[in-house]
Amino acid sequence: MSAEAKIRAPAAFDPEAARSDFEILGRKIYGKKLVYLDSAASAQKPRQVLDAMRDFAANDYANVHRGVHYLSAKSTEAYENAREAVRRFLNAGSAEEIVFTKGGTEAINLVASSFVAPLIQPGDEIVLSVMEHHSNIVPWHFLRERQGAVLKWVDVADDGSLDVDALERAIDPKTRLVAITHMSNVLGTVTPLKEIVTRAHAKGVPVLADGCQAAVHGRVDVRDLDIDFYAITGHKLYGPTGIGALYCKRAHLKAMRPYNGGGEMIREVTRANVTYADPPARFEAGTPPIIEAVGLEAALAYLSALDRDAVRAHEHDLLTYARDRVRDFNWLRVIGDAPGKGAILSFEADGMHAHDLATILDREGVAVRAGHHCAQVLMERFCVASTTRASFALYNTRAEVDAMIAALAKARDILG
Amino acid sequence: MMMDDSLRELYQEVILDHSRHPRHFGALEGATHVGEGHNPLCGDRVKIYLVLGKDNHIADIKFEGKGCAISQASASLMTDMLVGRTVGEAEKLMGGFLHLVKGEDANGLDEEDRERLDVMAGVSAFPMRVKCATLAWHTMKSALEGGATAKSE
Repeated sequence: MSAEAKIRAPAAFDPEAARSDFEILGRKIYGKKLVYLDSAASAQKPRQVLDAMRDFAANDYANVHRGVHYLSAKSTEAYENAREAVRRFLNAGSAEEIVFTKGGTEAINLVASSFVAPLIQPGDEIVLSVMEHHSNIVPWHFLRERQGAVLKWVDVADDGSLDVDALERAIDPKTRLVAITHMSNVLGTVTPLKEIVTRAHAKGVPVLADGCQAAVHGRVDVRDLDIDFYAITGHKLYGPTGIGALYCKRAHLKAMRPYNGGGEMIREVTRANVTYADPPARFEAGTPPIIEAVGLEAALAYLSALDRDAVRAHEHDLLTYARDRVRDFNWLRVIGDAPGKGAILSFEADGMHAHDLATILDREGVAVRAGHHCAQVLMERFCVASTTRASFALYNTRAEVDAMIAALAKARDILG
Repeated sequence: MMMDDSLRELYQEVILDHSRHPRHFGALEGATHVGEGHNPLCGDRVKIYLVLGKDNHIADIKFEGKGCAISQASASLMTDMLVGRTVGEAEKLMGGFLHLVKGEDANGLDEEDRERLDVMAGVSAFPMRVKCATLAWHTMKSALEGGATAKSE
């Protein structure tokens, strides 16, 4: 380490300074200060991301991988630099292993369609947990409906933690894939992914992780995890919508059949035949989200410039603080208290429906999510129709938790 | 405590009372028509049972369901108001209600009906919640139209 780097010791994270990067946080909602506690659904975008997208579109934009002209070359370079940025962010071995997608959902569908579907014989199994988001359930239901795959569900404990032994027991010779979240979007549970991968690999089964939430809150190292597939989405990482990425371990890439067909993904097309481009282009048919890729790179640069351990500690402080404060409300039941969970607080309120609660909070400027959170299997597991969810991001503060608590008290006053 | 006027209007006593003590709640034996409604956004469900008597009169009506205060109150109020009416009268009321909760003119409603439905008018200030208010009413409509699913004894 150079002397210069030593001097630049990571400053503890300053959320107030970060807030000034997010213009939207200055907005008033119904005359109240916005308290945005819905970042697990989608995070707000810092100025750096918006500027990068605008600058790129204003100065260097053209289609990629096609023209020989100057701007096409600039654009291609920017797009491939973004891929390299994702590789670094996930610590993948090669940029070839990074496929750009529309988001986390498409990343998982790609694995289902290109890797798993060709392996499935009737009766073959996909092992998944009950806390998966619909995006990590429905693609497997497709394989059940179309090819006779069997979904094997692994339960969570009452506190929301995953029983890894139960998951291991669910894996048998018919298992073709373990599909598991790295962090639940409802419970906040962080799964012991490395342990899961080790045990699944011991039985010869590859693992796909839905990292859409986890990648926001902690460092992900796909090589250390030895994971086979890892899905992320840009818009939860303070980046734009319309872009996500799939990490595919190189060993699987060659065997995977193309996903969508179209331009960019071919080598040669004749009347009689078609041959395909090498990965990752093989899986990126059509004009990709180029401006969004540039935005994603800016978002990853934004995150990486922060002391991520300090950000994580800050988010954890908000969670702990909120968790303590809601203990005062004996009419409120928190769902998901797994040790080491991420900064998501879901709860159910006695005699108050989540939508009524969220409507009243909204009029106080407090944006939370109410509903089933695209996790109906989990709702069924906890015998609730819906929950209210507050999720904490780097730009939230204790004062905002206080605002939520005050709004909850008001809701109780009106509805209780 | 100061309260937002539109919130006060939305969650007024009549609404909360209907949602806490829904009228005509439960299954109905011998229903001639049954309709099921579902709001996939929030997972709310409602099931409407009705007995259509002679001369197209709604002889009895009940509902079952789970949902927010708005959807439950709306279903309760609706069943309360529709029982005893003819299908034609019910359709007129339903049409008027759907206009009312969207903040549109509910012309053609009787003065008395209009007054009773007015408790739901506050929903129009909450566009995201209009669907909660209309769920039971759309379900009623489909029960009347698609009575084929009902028992035919």
